Amino acid sequence: MNSIPMSWYLVFSIGLFCIGLFGVLARKNAVAIIMGLELMLNAVNVNLLAFWSYLYADGMSGLVFVTIVFAVAAAESAVGLALIISAYRRRNTVIAEDMNVLKG
Amino acid sequence: MTPMQIVFLLVASVTLASAVMVVSTRRMFHAALWLILTLLGVAILFALLESRFFTIVQVVVYVGAIAILVLFAVMLTRHVMSEDQPQLNRSWWIASLATIGLFTGMVLVMRTWPIFTTTQRAVGPGGEDLQKLGFAFVDPSGFMIPFEIVSVLLLAALIGAVFIAAERKGGKG
Repeated sequence: MNSIPMSWYLVFSIGLFCIGLFGVLARKNAVAIIMGLELMLNAVNVNLLAFWSYLYADGMSGLVFVTIVFAVAAAESAVGLALIISAYRRRNTVIAEDMNVLKG
Repeated sequence: MTPMQIVFLLVASVTLASAVMVVSTRRMFHAALWLILTLLGVAILFALLESRFFTIVQVVVYVGAIAILVLFAVMLTRHVMSEDQPQLNRSWWIASLATIGLFTGMVLVMRTWPIFTTTQRAVGPGGEDLQKLGFAFVDPSGFMIPFEIVSVLLLAALIGAVFIAAERKGGKG
């Protein structure tokens, strides 16, 4: 019935994670950095659900972990975007390199 | 090639391609729209993993809330970066080397696992047992404490986001 190997999901998930990591490391715009973070959290969720589905479907820990990742992602994006809006209002920039008030 | 494999390959390639567009396109608004396509593709993968609840949650929470929030942030901070200046910082090649290295390293490590290519699933055709998940969340010997901590975290994030983004009147601005 189901013939997809678990390796496909794991390779997909590490690929999505790496694309998101590249976005976080290389983009200048702070909103784009938040988008890369969302991609990384999604990759983590695919990975957790793949392991749950193939190996640990009896227990609930995988699903609970995915729920917590969802909640943390929502909290992170809300606070992160609020910070970006606030920085934009005060310093009129969304470029991460220009947000250097704390630079020593 | 079974039909499920073809569906998986189609969805996975579209999702990865739109994820590449998210991190590479110059227009931020288009990047947000590609992000929505990526999130929908991930939702289809959740459905292929027999997790019905999280398919719905992915569409509602990510596409319905987080992606719209990102769209609002893009529209509020428009015209700050012009679209013809470079969107990547100077050390982007170090970032690409690091991510390619991480990808190949992880795949090489995962290939040594004996369960890596298993097609045998532990989940039944009915998907997850939502009742058991609900009981696990309120069971003191289960996951009650993490659940409550996440609730407090969400409340703190709500208050914090309002506090950070609110415009102060008469203050330092």
